[in-house]
Formats: sequence, structure tokens, C-alpha cells
Amino acid sequence: MTIDALEGVLLIPALSAGLLAALPGYRLTSRLNMLAAFLTFAIAVSLFFIEPASGRYLLVDDLNKVFIVLTTFVAFTTSGFSASYIGHEIETGRLKPSHVRFYHAMYQVLMFAMNLALIANNIGLMWVAIELATLTTVLMVGIYRTHEALEAAWKYFILGSVGIALALFGTILVYMAARPVIGEGPDAMVWTILMTKAARFDPDLLNVAFVFLLLGYGTKVGLAPLHAWLPDAHAEGPTPISAVLSGLLLNVALYALLRFKMLLALNPVAIAPGPLMVTMGLISALFAAFMLYRRRDIKRMFAYSSIEHMGIIVFAFGMGGPLANFAGLLHMTMHSLTKSAIFFAVGHIAQIKGTQKIADISGLTISHPVLGWGLVAGVVAIAGLPPMGIFMSEFLVVSSTFARAPWLVLILVIAILVALGGLFIKLNTIAFGEPRGSNAPAQASYVPMFAHLAIVFAAGIYMPPALVTGFQNVARLLG
Amino acid sequence: MQGITFDIAHMLAGSLVLVSFIQLYQQRLSALLNIFALHAFVLAASVAWQAYVQDAPHLYITALIALVFKAIVIPLALRRIVIKLGIHREIENVFGVGLAMLLGIGLVALSMVVMLRVTSGADPLAREDLAFALSVVLLGMLMMVTRRNAVSQVVGFMSLENGLVLAATGAKGMPLVVEISIAFSVLIAFIVIGIFLFRIRERFDTVDMQAMDRFRGEQR
Repeated sequence: MTIDALEGVLLIPALSAGLLAALPGYRLTSRLNMLAAFLTFAIAVSLFFIEPASGRYLLVDDLNKVFIVLTTFVAFTTSGFSASYIGHEIETGRLKPSHVRFYHAMYQVLMFAMNLALIANNIGLMWVAIELATLTTVLMVGIYRTHEALEAAWKYFILGSVGIALALFGTILVYMAARPVIGEGPDAMVWTILMTKAARFDPDLLNVAFVFLLLGYGTKVGLAPLHAWLPDAHAEGPTPISAVLSGLLLNVALYALLRFKMLLALNPVAIAPGPLMVTMGLISALFAAFMLYRRRDIKRMFAYSSIEHMGIIVFAFGMGGPLANFAGLLHMTMHSLTKSAIFFAVGHIAQIKGTQKIADISGLTISHPVLGWGLVAGVVAIAGLPPMGIFMSEFLVVSSTFARAPWLVLILVIAILVALGGLFIKLNTIAFGEPRGSNAPAQASYVPMFAHLAIVFAAGIYMPPALVTGFQNVARLLG
Repeated sequence: MQGITFDIAHMLAGSLVLVSFIQLYQQRLSALLNIFALHAFVLAASVAWQAYVQDAPHLYITALIALVFKAIVIPLALRRIVIKLGIHREIENVFGVGLAMLLGIGLVALSMVVMLRVTSGADPLAREDLAFALSVVLLGMLMMVTRRNAVSQVVGFMSLENGLVLAATGAKGMPLVVEISIAFSVLIAFIVIGIFLFRIRERFDTVDMQAMDRFRGEQR
């Protein structure tokens, strides 16, 4: 029996999860964690060169290739950051070695779940994978067992479960809509079969199903007003998990939404999913932008910034059309890379200063120049200033939709500007001024952070034509 | 097919909604757990009836899981936790009982209006099941919102899942994979919840969520 690349991106995380749960010693296991993440990434890249055939359970097309490669890449760099982060946590005694074993096993289970969600060719399987990803992150958010961590994990668990329950109800309704056309049995849940026959599905059922799916998976994307779990979960869990949550898990839930949006788009009578997504996206972006001003915790602040950017991305996909989809896809990629780079910096900063309170951190560019300027570069990028990649993608989002809906875009631009102001007010005290707090030298790995920032910077200057055509293909696919 | 089989399916699904309502006004945790066991039992009966009606033997497995896990094992385990913590006497509702019931009636009316209208093409059994299932889901959510206690939030979540199982079995021919996964997810969810309850107790000596609210992320 031969194993193709699709099975590979599932098997490696699954096997290494078992291995990492059994092995003692964090130095060894954190390296193995990196190795497993790298192998998964390498196999994911090979999907571009040798495309395996889609089967009944797994599928690969232009859309999910982009998501898989992005997911596995950020998972790999995060595992590098995680190695030095965990080392520090062990030294300070915040985590016990047994916790680390659990942590690494869960990290790989999470990778498995996210990859499965991205390549599942079955709406039921996809739901199971997203549920698995939710449960593993709940466990990881609660790993410090402090009051705050427990409350955050509980809130995440309750809200996440309700979201996931709504998504399952939506999934059942899609099956109900497909059944009269495709017939009973597993076929009526397979993506590739659903897509070919969507035009004849009962439109009313599809409409209701999409509302449930939007609310359900939208909770996981972190769209307002269903976002309440997100800042807590980001702030209280280990920082590598904040990076993975913001950079990857939100994208996976978004991917599920996009697939269902494509399904609805094929049915001529069903409602257009776009306006619903545009509304939720705009509300999220605007709401999160204003919330930035009152944050006292540095990780919570960047969590709100994630809500804002997911809002922008959902807005872009909601508007639809090749250009806006292209912009949304680019913005999603840039946001994943930038936000995880920021969390890498923030993780080390919080470790050095021993606090996440913005009021207790200042003058970083003087006391820790590399980390400080890294954070400044990250915030410049995430706020959407040139020459970074997010400027490009935000500019594309705005310019590609302005002709169609100038008033909506105006709201979006206001949100972006408000967020920019909020981020820079906080950045000013964090990065500049008199250094405060501990001045301990940083034991940081800067490579993952600067690798991400370099890619974001390069994308702002020059996009390789191969990448552009690749994204254009996906954008066309999204309709 | 019509006639008595339809009536029984209708009655069982309807009773599930009724039991959801009974859950809403329980003041004591131990009573709430009893009612939840009844909820799961009615679900098991309903699923078993669907298995018979649809001639789908694999649904008996789902019914068995509902009966053994949800109606017996989980209520017993939760009862032990509750007694160990000494909180089996009382629970507070955030709203009064009257308001909770009124909201519940509103939610059931909403789900009837929505589901019966959009499923006009489907067969009557599936339609009613879906409408009842959505009612149970919404009532479960209402319970999670109106209760402060972690244990009763868990019970609310599980009755919500019961509604989902009802929907899944009502959708004729839905693959077994999904049903097992539902049962599985409930199981996993329960383990997770168990760990959390244990840890919460370790830290707080209380499972009252209001006490936890004091430890919110952004205290001054």
C-alpha cells in the first residue's frame, strides 16, 4: 500500500503525537516537534508538484492547497518559537515536564485536526475535525491552571461547543437538502458530489442551513458578536497557542465557511451568502477597532486586532468576485504571518518582563533592541502601513470593492484607521520611552519572527508571478 | 407508514421538548440531573423508534449509547461530583422561572415557524423531527444562558446535543459515521468537562461561575 501526500499530512502529526506523549525530556521532544512540523510542511509543499487524486474522504484542489501550505508553514515556525518559549517556562517553573509532554502531544493532535479539516471531502468529517481542533485548544488554553486560564478555557469551551453544535445542525440541514437529489447514504455528504448537484437542492433548506453554519463556524472565526471567547483564550494560554489560534485555527473555520459559500453560490435560487458575511465582517472590524483603545493586556490587544482582521477578510470574501477574493486571500495569508510574528515577539517580551500588562512594559527598543524593533515592525505591518504586505492586501480590498459599495468601504476604512490609531497609542508606550520592568537579557529565537516579517515585507514590495497566478486561480474558484 | 407509527414518533419527539421545558424550571441540581436522565431516556426511545420505522438497525446503536451513557452513566457521575462538592441543594436562576418559560415558548414557536416553513418539501416525519430538534437545541442554549452553575451549564449543553441527535436520526439515511462521532464528541466533551470541574474545584472550591467572573482577564 502506498501513502500519498494527503495521507502523509495526517499520518505524521498523528504518529508524532503518540511518540511525543511517550517521550520524556523537553529538549528532545521540542526538537522532535519541530522535525515533525517540518516534515508535514515539506509534504504539504509537495502537493503543488504531485497532486494526488481526491478520494471519497480526502480531497485536494487549488483552494485547500493554499490553506494547507500556510497552515503547515506557520505550524513549523511556531514549533521553533515554541521550543525556546517552553524552555523558558520550564526554567521558571510555570510548566512541569509532564505538562510539556502533554503540550507537545496536543500540538501535534491540533495539527492533525486542522489538516484533516482542510482536506476532508465530507461535510461530516470536516465537522468532526473542527470539533477535535476546538477540544485540543481548550485543553491547551487551560494548561497553566491559573484562575484566568481556567476561566478562559471554560468560556472558550462553552462558546466553542455552542458554535460547533450550531454548525452540526447546519450540516444536518445540508444533508437533508441534498438527500432528495443524491439519495440516501454517505454520498450526500461528499463535497465533490455535493458541488456537482448543488443547483437542484432545495433552496429554502440551504438558506436556513447557511445561517446555522455562519453562526456556528463564525463563532470559531471570531466574528462579533460571537467573539467573546477569543480575547480570553488568546491572553491566558501559552503564547505559541495564541499564535496558532490567530494564525491558523481562525483560518480553518473560515475555510469551512468558504466551502459552504461556494456550495450556495452554485444554487441559483438560494440566497446570496455575500451580504450576510459582509455585515458580520464589517461589524467585527469596526467593533474590534474601537475595543483596541481600552486594552490593558498586550496579548488581549492583539487578539482584538485578530478579530478586526478576520472581519476585513470575511468582508472581502463576502463581497466576492475575482479581485475581492484575491485580496481576501492575500490578506488572510499576510495576517497569519504577521500576527504569529507579533505573538512570537510578545511571548518573549512577556517572559522577560514577567507580565502582560501594557502599563508595566515600556522602552523596549532601548532595553531589548532586537525584540523591540521586531515588535515595532510587526505592528507597522499589522496596522497596514506601507511597505508591508498588509498594506498591499488592505489596499486591494478597498480598491476592488469601492466601485461596488462605496459606503460600506467607507466604514471599513474608518475601522482600519481607528485600529491603526489604537495600536500606535499602545505601541508608543510599549516600545519607546524610559525602560521599565526587568532588564534580563532575552533568551529568544528570533529566526521565526524575522522570517515571517521578511516574507510580509517582500510581499509588500514584489509578488512572484507564480504566486499571483496561483491566488488568481483560487479566487476564480471562490466565485 | 402513516397512522400509528407517525403518531408515536411525533409523541416521543414532542415529549423531548416537554422534558426540556421541565429542565428549565428545576431549582435543585439533583432534581435537574434526574430530569436530564429522563431527557436522555426519551431520546433513546425516540431514536429506537426511528430505527424501527426507518428499518435502520445501526440507529439502535445510537439509541443504546444514549440510553447507557447519557441516561445512566453521566447522570450518576455528575451526581457524585455534585454531592462531593456539597452543592446538590440549590441552584440560582439568572431570570425568574416565569420569564425563562416565556422565553422558552418563544423559542419553540420560532423554531416551528422557521423549520416547518422551509421543509415543506420533505416528508412529514422528518419535518416534525427537525422542528422539534431545533426547539430542543434552542431550549438547551437558553438553559446554558440562564444558569450560572457550571454543572447545570454542562447539563444544558448535553440536552442541546440530545437535540442534535434527534435531528440527525430524523434525517433519513444519514451515515453512521456521523452518529458515532456525535456520541464520541459527547464522550470527549464529558471527559474534558470532568477535568475542568476537577480543576475548578482544585482552584476555587466552588463551581459557581460568578465566583470565576471575578478572575476575569482584565482586572485593574
